[in-house]
Amino acid sequence: MEPEMESEIAPTPPATSRQPLSEGSEWSFELLDCYDREIARVAAHYGLDTYPSQIEIITSEQMIDAYSSVGMPVGYHHWSYGKQFLATQKGYKRGQMGLAYEIVINSSPCIAYLMEENTMTMQALVIAHAAYGHNSFFKGNYLFRTWTDAEGILDYLVFARNYIADCEQRHGEEAVEELLDSCHALMNLGVDRYKRPTRLSMAKEQLRQTEREAYLQSQVNDLWRTLPTRQVAGQEKLAARFPSEPQENLLYFIEKNAPRLEPWQREIVRIVRKIAQYFYPQRQTQVMNEGWATFWHYTLLNHLYEEGKLTDGFMMEFLQSHTNVVYQPPYNSRHYNGINPYALGFAMFTDLRRICEHPTEEDRRWFPELAGSDWVKSLDFAMRNFKDESFIAQYLSPKLIRDFKLFTMVDDDTEEKLEVTAIHDDAGYRAVRQQLAEQYNLGNREPNIQVYEVDVFGDRSLSLRHYMHDRRPLGESTPEMLRHVARLWGYTVRIDSVDQNGVSHMTAVSEV
Amino acid sequence: MNRLVDRRLSGKNRSAVNRQRFLRRFKAQIRKAASEVVSGRKVTDLERGEKISIPSKDLSEPIFHHGPGGRRNIVLPGNRDFVTGDRVDRPEGGGGTGSGGGPADESMDDFVFELSKEEFMDYFFQDLALPDLVKKQLAAVPEVKKARAGFVSQGNPSNLHVVRSMKQAIGRRLAMAAGPRDALREAEEKLAELEANGLGASAEADELREEIASFKARLAAVPFIDTWDLRYANRVDQPTPSSQAVMFCLMDVSGSMDEDRKNIAKRFFMLLYLFLTKSYERIDVVFIRHHTVAKEVGEEDFFSSRESGGTVVSSALELMRDIILERYPSANWNIYAAQASDGDNWEDDSPRCRELLHSILPLTQYFAYVEIEAEEPQSLWHEYERVKAASPRFAMQRILTLEDIYPVFRELFRKKVA
Repeated sequence: MEPEMESEIAPTPPATSRQPLSEGSEWSFELLDCYDREIARVAAHYGLDTYPSQIEIITSEQMIDAYSSVGMPVGYHHWSYGKQFLATQKGYKRGQMGLAYEIVINSSPCIAYLMEENTMTMQALVIAHAAYGHNSFFKGNYLFRTWTDAEGILDYLVFARNYIADCEQRHGEEAVEELLDSCHALMNLGVDRYKRPTRLSMAKEQLRQTEREAYLQSQVNDLWRTLPTRQVAGQEKLAARFPSEPQENLLYFIEKNAPRLEPWQREIVRIVRKIAQYFYPQRQTQVMNEGWATFWHYTLLNHLYEEGKLTDGFMMEFLQSHTNVVYQPPYNSRHYNGINPYALGFAMFTDLRRICEHPTEEDRRWFPELAGSDWVKSLDFAMRNFKDESFIAQYLSPKLIRDFKLFTMVDDDTEEKLEVTAIHDDAGYRAVRQQLAEQYNLGNREPNIQVYEVDVFGDRSLSLRHYMHDRRPLGESTPEMLRHVARLWGYTVRIDSVDQNGVSHMTAVSEV
Repeated sequence: MNRLVDRRLSGKNRSAVNRQRFLRRFKAQIRKAASEVVSGRKVTDLERGEKISIPSKDLSEPIFHHGPGGRRNIVLPGNRDFVTGDRVDRPEGGGGTGSGGGPADESMDDFVFELSKEEFMDYFFQDLALPDLVKKQLAAVPEVKKARAGFVSQGNPSNLHVVRSMKQAIGRRLAMAAGPRDALREAEEKLAELEANGLGASAEADELREEIASFKARLAAVPFIDTWDLRYANRVDQPTPSSQAVMFCLMDVSGSMDEDRKNIAKRFFMLLYLFLTKSYERIDVVFIRHHTVAKEVGEEDFFSSRESGGTVVSSALELMRDIILERYPSANWNIYAAQASDGDNWEDDSPRCRELLHSILPLTQYFAYVEIEAEEPQSLWHEYERVKAASPRFAMQRILTLEDIYPVFRELFRKKVA
């Protein structure tokens, strides 16, 4: 923040003459265009590589709409979006919360929404943040590059909405709703974590869908053939094991193998699965994504200010909302609600730049390859090749741990008290860094549940297995969740929690 | 390159369908919440939207998550005075510290949202099992009738008011002709003077003659009728209810009327009130409660107070009659009455009630009686049955649930619908 304050005290401009783009707080389309052009110029100067973007001006009502469809520009109908809508609308009406500055959609062109109520400063902030920050992240980060298809997604969402509306017509809203409820419940278990997904395209999808319906059903019928197979003694053991290896993608397994789903139901399972997969990278890169976008709106607008294109009033307003966004309340504050991804991400990217430009002796020890390197290149590399977990493990510096005053605690149910295991001191840096990285590992945050076995020749029941991590058990929602799985599977479903030693701790069953 | 798109005018209310889906899915819960709200409202205060709150656990979207227990590592910001190896007590509520770990215990107690007036009324009607036609009629804006409201200068030809337009034309012609006519008279007088002096052939006289001719031409050019003159009869919409009504709510508050019964009675009064608001401009509501003696009270006392002891229904009817005679002359007021009771009455009081009703009924438009009771009807019911046989303005019904209320008003609504 310091450079701006200085230049405020000493209003004498540097070499360039001060000629701000605008003075007032009102925006107009001409001004938006002008700001966008300027920001684009500076972004190009720093080498930001972006999809073309489409900036849409919307009203606050439309923002609430966009909000409640989880950021999907086109969504199928479901009550849970209605619930989200009502909650947002109420919060907004009562003034309990402002609406998000921006929603940005990972598509090509990248769609960013601006609210008409915002001032010129906010619009510029959002353009820099969404249309350049997030946009370049979507285009550059390896997770997004491998897992999502920005060009295909809008078409696919349109296809999904039409398909589901069509199913509602044919099979009734209630039937579709039940199915969607169950699929949504399993959404987090509907992603491939290791396999690369195929590309989506509307035309291909439609063609394949019809072919697949017929083909898949024949496959399923084959698997669940009711004619008794001739059983040679001793061969039973070999044939009995299905699937041959545990499966991580529950929805995929259900789509391909559930005995009693109709073809249209398989298609809907697939749609939910694809959407879950599309959002999976976003869930893995919250800190990086928000940090990157925040870092760039800050850097881009400051650059413009130094060129004399922005007024002091503009900067004051901008800094005010910027500081609000990157505020991190301490753990014992009433406002504490986890670590703020904006704060952590922004601090990390800023710190990276500092390490490159002005490394201390400590930095040279911790980051020998970074200290003194070209910061634009180093940041670009970091943005492209990491996700939250690995990003923190790689780049969280001792200085930041001190700034945030991070410390780790262990909550062990066999101990009477919580124990502080590491704090921001020499002995603790590595432990804190490692624990924080772990905290962002989705694999640790969510229970690891896999399809273990299907009793193909018996009662067709499905066995799931929960591989426990640090003895952590499943929550109280498990029986209800099993009912959802059983609804999709059509036969009895059971789940076993198994610890590291293979000892089973809990079993729950949902019979059909 | 970047594109700017103005979307402000396209597609509002994209979430309307999802909202409807939500309401449909949780209609049982919403209905329950709405009926609780109705119980808390005043009889005269039904027609507005409402904040509805449902326990959020009823509408959770479950996912697999970790429960409390096991070993958890949590990283927290803002350390103040901890050093490595410190041991601290678990914060209240056991389980986790803050929300660093499991998403499980992020609970808000209630999910609150707004229902619009129409939606709220819908839930109210659902309880009462009203026929659709009646619902529509009750929910609709009051009908309007056209009333004369003077004249305006613009309108459609069918409203053209000929007399007014002609009057206007006369006025305009007078006004437009006044100047030239005065000038003409002056010129003619001058000319006559000149001719009298024998100067009839002079240049001055010729000039005057020319002037006179031009004035005459101007006078002739004043149009007989002009678009300016047209006047149209003006009609405005006036809401039809244009009279006043008084509604008497009579209720037994003896010990046997418990909360449930009072709640049913309240819906009964509400429904009558709602009906009246559609037909009358001004409505007074009089609350009379009674046990052995009757008393006029405010709404609060009416529903909340509870007395013990016997029941003398005639006391309430007497009080009602007195109030009518004193404050609501039936020539000026439409009088409606709704009586709710559990059927208890002193044996020899019931015939007296019948006699009283015979004198009251001619003053009223409609008298509705509900008996909220499961047991065998008692003397009051039998006496009232005789009243019903004698008067079409009297309706009665034994009710156990809210759905039974509507038949009491069937006659009333049928009249209105027809």
